[in-house]
Amino acid sequence: MNALTMPVPDLSAYRADFPILSETVRGKALVFLDSAASAQKPNQVIDAMTHAMRHQYANVHRGLHWMSERTSDAYEGVRDKVAALLNASSRDEIVFTGSSTNAINLVAHSYGSLLRPGQAVLVSEMEHHANIVPWQMLRDRSGIALRVAKVTDAGEIDLDSLRAELADGKVGLVSVTHMSNVLGTITPAAEIAAIAHAAGAKVMFDGSQAAVHQPVDVQALDADFYVFTGHKLYGPTGIGVLWARRAILEAMPPFLGGGDMIGSVSFERSLWAEVPHKFEAGTPAIIETIGLGAAIDYVSAIGLDAIRAHESDLTGYALERLQAIEGLTVMGHARARGGVISFSIAGAHAHDIATLLDQNGIAVRAGAHCAEPLMKRFGLTSTARASFALYTTRTEIDVLAETLDRVRSFLV
Amino acid sequence: MSETAENLYRALVVERARRPLHAGEVEAADGAADGSNPLCGDRVHVTLRRGDDSRLAEIRHATRGCAICIASADLMAESATGLDDAGLSALWHRFEALLRDGEAGLGREDGAALGLLNAFADLHEYRSRRKCATLPWSALLAAAGTGEGS
Repeated sequence: MNALTMPVPDLSAYRADFPILSETVRGKALVFLDSAASAQKPNQVIDAMTHAMRHQYANVHRGLHWMSERTSDAYEGVRDKVAALLNASSRDEIVFTGSSTNAINLVAHSYGSLLRPGQAVLVSEMEHHANIVPWQMLRDRSGIALRVAKVTDAGEIDLDSLRAELADGKVGLVSVTHMSNVLGTITPAAEIAAIAHAAGAKVMFDGSQAAVHQPVDVQALDADFYVFTGHKLYGPTGIGVLWARRAILEAMPPFLGGGDMIGSVSFERSLWAEVPHKFEAGTPAIIETIGLGAAIDYVSAIGLDAIRAHESDLTGYALERLQAIEGLTVMGHARARGGVISFSIAGAHAHDIATLLDQNGIAVRAGAHCAEPLMKRFGLTSTARASFALYTTRTEIDVLAETLDRVRSFLV
Repeated sequence: MSETAENLYRALVVERARRPLHAGEVEAADGAADGSNPLCGDRVHVTLRRGDDSRLAEIRHATRGCAICIASADLMAESATGLDDAGLSALWHRFEALLRDGEAGLGREDGAALGLLNAFADLHEYRSRRKCATLPWSALLAAAGTGEGS
């Protein structure tokens, strides 16, 4: 049974794990609908991090003492958890980075240095700025081209456009999102990987949103690179992940130089550590990595299939409730979508909507969502965005819908 | 809505956002400037005409933005008309103080001078929205060539 066929699970008991959800904002119960920007943290993550700082902390990979060895074990144990989460074929394919953004920049610098002028990187119109700007910077310093696959009016990647951009065989890397942070669209990653590979290109998926809302199997997707970040997966900020095939990582030059990424150093020449350490210069985010491990344990215990089923139910319900509001338009209507809904209300600016929702304790995001080209594609400058998590309830959707109705009456 | 919402979005603000009285463009303007906020895409185009005494005789704005931004542009145009450059500068500094500290930071004289602009008195509690109200002012001050407001 998968998320699409399983009955809707009741995840309401898990709300108690998130202490912040019992806070009030402006005298109202917090209704947190901005998890796509950053998710709240369960006690399990908070406790794991404070436990490490209180009882088991030293630098990793260096010390010959008990504390360092135990901390190294805890830190490296998270690499195994991430490998299992993504179904990577080896733990050595997991590179810890500071964030998804850092991971993409790592690939743009390192793998990007292997691309030659005349080659191209292909992204889509629905990318977060983090999957556009690093490639523009690469283009400007190395002479590669940056190509863009179109997005349909429904908010899906236009696969004909993708194929057309790949047709001349010059694209070295396709880098697209696995789930849009604006539209909620879940992209057909396996199909995109097959199309990319048939044209001789490698493929990277930005899983910042997708890895939070559904199980990810990098081998089943036949991906070459996959990135995600800890803070959207109920973990801390400051820790992200790059997964890449071992052979690719081995062919890539290091990104940052420093401690931990070296085999030996002399003034004449340095040798690099084996992957993945070759890409992990400096003392890593030890506490945050341990927090990420706790977050992975947490979502794994609930089950990402169950989380997806829960959010899928909520999204369907929210679409129904929101679209019943006069003048409200939902941006995009992809067939496969996760718990992110961007919307506008005729005659009401997104920032006014967000401020008035905030007055009622409801946190949503408003603006261009770090995706200006996508907003332009849809002829918009800003939208409001509600995003859901495992702790979101139907009651919160009701509060959102009822308040939006009042906001509309107030402003329009 | 709620009491706090009605404090922030006072009737005058909502009314001017819906139906601004000073929207448009001054023909044969003596000064013009734009303001834009890349974070939200809001844009204001201000044009002005000076009278024979060089006072601001007419101010118009073309604003694409939120309710706070449109209302601020409109009430700014109304409040600044008739002022000379020194008066405009003084009004801007009072408005800036209102947005920073609220009414508590103002003297009685300041409150009286701000007039309609007191409608934004509660905005100081919403730091992320202050720029919405100051955007039209940066355009007006640039159009007037005062060298302030950027």
